[in-house]
Amino acid sequence: MSDPVNTFEAQQEGRPTGPLVQGYEVIIGFETHAQLSTASKIFSRASTAFGAEPNTQACAVDLALPGTLPVMNKGAVERAIQLGLALGSTIAPRSVFARKNYFYPDLPKGYQISQFEIPVVQGGAVSFFVGDESKTVRLVRAHLEEDAGKSLHEDFIGQSGIDLNRAGTPLLEIVTEPDMRSTAEAVAYAKELHKIVTWIGICDGNMQEGSFRCDANVSVRKPGAKLGTRREIKNLNSFKFMQQAIDYEIRWQIEEIEDGRAIQQATVLFDPDTGETRAMRTKEDAADYRYFPDPDLPPLAIAQEWIERVRSEMPELPRAMAERYVTTHGLSAYDAAQLTQSVALAQYFDAAVAAGAAPKLASNWITGEIARRLNAQDIAIGEAPVDAAQLAKLIVRIGDGTISNAAARQVFDALWTGEASDVDAVIEAKGLKQMSDSSALETIIDGVLATNEKNIAEYRAGKDKAFNALVGQVMKASQGKANPAQVNALLKTKLG
Amino acid sequence: MSAELHQLGVAGLAKALATREVSAVEAAGHFLKRIASHQALGAFVAVDGDVTLAQARAADALIAKGDAPALAGVPIAHKDIFVTADFPTTAGSRMLAGYRSPFNATVVQRLADAGAVTLGKLSCDEFAMGSANENVAVPAVGAEQAVPVRNPWDTTRIPGGSSGGSAAAVAARLAPAATGTDTGGSIRQPASFCGITGIKPTYGRASRYGMVAFASSLDQAGPMARSAEDCALLLSAMCGPDLDRDSTSIDRPAEDYSRTLNGSLEGLRIGVPKEFLGDGVAPGVRAAIDAALAEYEKLGARRVAVTLPRTELSIPVYYILAAAEASSNLSRFDGVKFGHRAKDYRDLADMYGKTREEGFGDEVKRRIMIGTYVLSHGYYDAYYLQAQKVRRMIADDFQQAFKDCDVIAGPAAPTVAWKLGEHGDDPVADYLADIFTLPASLAGLPGMSLPAGFGEDGMPVGLQLIGNYFAEAKLLNAAHRFQQATDWHARAPEGI
Amino acid sequence: MSLTSLDIARIATLARLQLAPDESERMLGQINGFFDLVETMRAVDTTGIEPLAHPVAAIEDITLRLRADVASEPNNRDANQKSAPAVERGLFLVPKVIE
Repeated sequence: MSDPVNTFEAQQEGRPTGPLVQGYEVIIGFETHAQLSTASKIFSRASTAFGAEPNTQACAVDLALPGTLPVMNKGAVERAIQLGLALGSTIAPRSVFARKNYFYPDLPKGYQISQFEIPVVQGGAVSFFVGDESKTVRLVRAHLEEDAGKSLHEDFIGQSGIDLNRAGTPLLEIVTEPDMRSTAEAVAYAKELHKIVTWIGICDGNMQEGSFRCDANVSVRKPGAKLGTRREIKNLNSFKFMQQAIDYEIRWQIEEIEDGRAIQQATVLFDPDTGETRAMRTKEDAADYRYFPDPDLPPLAIAQEWIERVRSEMPELPRAMAERYVTTHGLSAYDAAQLTQSVALAQYFDAAVAAGAAPKLASNWITGEIARRLNAQDIAIGEAPVDAAQLAKLIVRIGDGTISNAAARQVFDALWTGEASDVDAVIEAKGLKQMSDSSALETIIDGVLATNEKNIAEYRAGKDKAFNALVGQVMKASQGKANPAQVNALLKTKLG
Repeated sequence: MSAELHQLGVAGLAKALATREVSAVEAAGHFLKRIASHQALGAFVAVDGDVTLAQARAADALIAKGDAPALAGVPIAHKDIFVTADFPTTAGSRMLAGYRSPFNATVVQRLADAGAVTLGKLSCDEFAMGSANENVAVPAVGAEQAVPVRNPWDTTRIPGGSSGGSAAAVAARLAPAATGTDTGGSIRQPASFCGITGIKPTYGRASRYGMVAFASSLDQAGPMARSAEDCALLLSAMCGPDLDRDSTSIDRPAEDYSRTLNGSLEGLRIGVPKEFLGDGVAPGVRAAIDAALAEYEKLGARRVAVTLPRTELSIPVYYILAAAEASSNLSRFDGVKFGHRAKDYRDLADMYGKTREEGFGDEVKRRIMIGTYVLSHGYYDAYYLQAQKVRRMIADDFQQAFKDCDVIAGPAAPTVAWKLGEHGDDPVADYLADIFTLPASLAGLPGMSLPAGFGEDGMPVGLQLIGNYFAEAKLLNAAHRFQQATDWHARAPEGI
Repeated sequence: MSLTSLDIARIATLARLQLAPDESERMLGQINGFFDLVETMRAVDTTGIEPLAHPVAAIEDITLRLRADVASEPNNRDANQKSAPAVERGLFLVPKVIE
């Protein structure tokens, strides 16, 4: 049975809106910080390249030296528009940059330039599959802001070293409604969002380097009860940790409540070593950021013409592509979704089909054999030793009856291991061609029939098993080269 | 002619330099000597003969080549709120004692590109917060510790502020001209108190890049000199778009304000707001202003009555907005990246608290406190937002008034310069004294002050002229014609 | 309205200013003196009035200028850190940051 549906009615009637954990309903919302793939920072001309020597990419503006002022990077705005278009959001014709005031050593100005009351991207949604069930998460907003620097604690006794190379890197903070009802949904959402931002190229998606950082707001409640107090898990920088952290947090919160302890709102960090979440040291005045419109930056105006220009340059999005696969190639929605996991994978599929492969077979091979081998070797489709043209050729040979599926697997293995590179050459070398000459086949069949009266008798007595045994004998005698369909047909006629 | 060099203004010196009657090195040397012999005024906080003379030699080389720019070899001094690569920059604060900027403020660079030679840095109220130049925390040249700047007309009096060092230096002929900044009157009021001419252009006309920020939506740079003619020369060099560095800079080509100085004033409508000549105005000041207006009528101008009904409101509006913006702008002074850091501290919070407590003076702390309060949770709408709304009403009042007049005239300040320490421990008394300069600052309009005779105790009185947006040329024209007909601007203090 | 010494303490903490007791006392009086002036402003009816940020927006539309996405700042670390209180191996040093 499928999970309960998260509808307004369900919420009103207090029915569960998601799978229950020990009788508790799980409510999850996400805030994701996506670093934008610009060459320069959001308000300065310093490079955003990762991994430079400390503070060599922190210019006077990034360091907030006296007298410096911010100047907005058009590339960052363009990427915000792209995201808004990809998620079906409203692009605000006018949005405002505000100052979020707080003191922290990695925040050079003593305030972060962000967007508060009027963000550039408003509304929208992310749709994805959990297993084979379709799910949609609504977005509240996505706003432009600057990243902070980094505090390094390791190398100095009693002190921290501040590297401001990252300070001023453009970010889009993407905020969802609390629409997720399980860890599985949360991780699937994060993966889908990650896919979209990398697909349209506004973010490199490198989670280890912090290009795509997720904060999960988690709370639990009895179905129909009002929202429970949430705790925010910060900086989840891998899908694996995300899974572990949210699972742990859910269990922890339920235990607390079951033990009669109320959940206190808190920001927590996940420790991969212990597999636990722990509350961060809360700043006593964290709540009071004294937001106000940044007087150094007039309102950001985005003309409709600009939006249309960006729209016209957008790549085909995964969902549109998946729908196209379903309608024009007759693939299942699930397979189509699998093939559109990444641009590279989809391009591989398109190339194979273009080279003459039957779409359904190409899909099966890519999502089956190829996916399996890629996972096993932990490599990307781009590094696959068998290219789309080779796969297409192989599928064509199956289609025209030259080789059986079993033989095709052998050919594929040879191509993959680099033993050979031409499909026909392999078929030739391994003598995998199917026997299509019926006279030769008949001789073999006659031979088999002559030595298997027992099976013939049982078959005549109505035992299908016996017939299959005969087919097997023939295939064996032909060293697998006989065409099973042909063998079946000939046997039937000979046995009358 | 070296003896009278300091009697020449910018125009006179530029001419003498161009015709090589005097060399840039001679001129610089002459003023450096005067600066050394008038250290008791406390006008300068930094001089460096080697740097100055090197710049002068470079200017002489240009002149010799015959392709010298307008101000080649003209020595000027900069308010210590502008960052300079060749001189330290303190903004009058312990927080920045000994700070060296890696770059020049745009205004400083533009003047250097025009050939000007830098004599040194001028004392000002800490972070430009003050009306008397008594809030100084760094030692003047030749002084052991911090001293207030003295008014050359009566050294027991204040020169006005925050550009008090600039005004005193020009009045005492220690420099033919100086840069100043005006946030709420910091060019016009000291110009008035020291009997010189100063102009603040339209907000956005001069780049704010490299001005240590006080109130971002109000700060503007401008020249202070003896005559409108000299101000026109400097303003032409200082203004113009700075699109790459300052997002609030207006994209309008620079102008040559000297070209239109001599235009006729026939039929010029001078609006005199009744609020500018109320009971609060000292009799001596009122008499001088009336006489100046009468002079204008002789020059063909017409005096018309206008009203700026919200003049008194400009005091709370200004001090809310300026304090709020300042509280945020000064957060970068945290002892991490530059400037003062406390010696002993327990931890990070203690370092912040002590560093800022030690680094900032009383008035700065007061404004940070006020600004932090009005932006804090629950107060933003009642204070900052309300102030911005009343600010628009004040700006609209000016547009209403400009329907009936071409320029607005009145006193720059209600009184003449007061005695050092006279306002004692009552900051509000200083705030109230800004009443006539604040409205134009809030509206972002160009305003200037020119010598209009003498009032109480024989101290100078300044006539304030306010123009509509981008009407700097008209103001300078009106001021220049007045100075052709009067000699108030040529008067020098006793013993200068 | 008028502030209390509790407000002063709260704001000083927000602003990271370790005020001396007598200083807080003095400041309380001075700031309240200022807020007396502010009452007149709070009383103004501003219904339907748009706030004014960039003053020139009073007569013409002022919007954000956007620059081309080009990285052109050279590494100027030495000059930029010249006035830093504590630097080691290119990093700004501060008392340990605990998260």
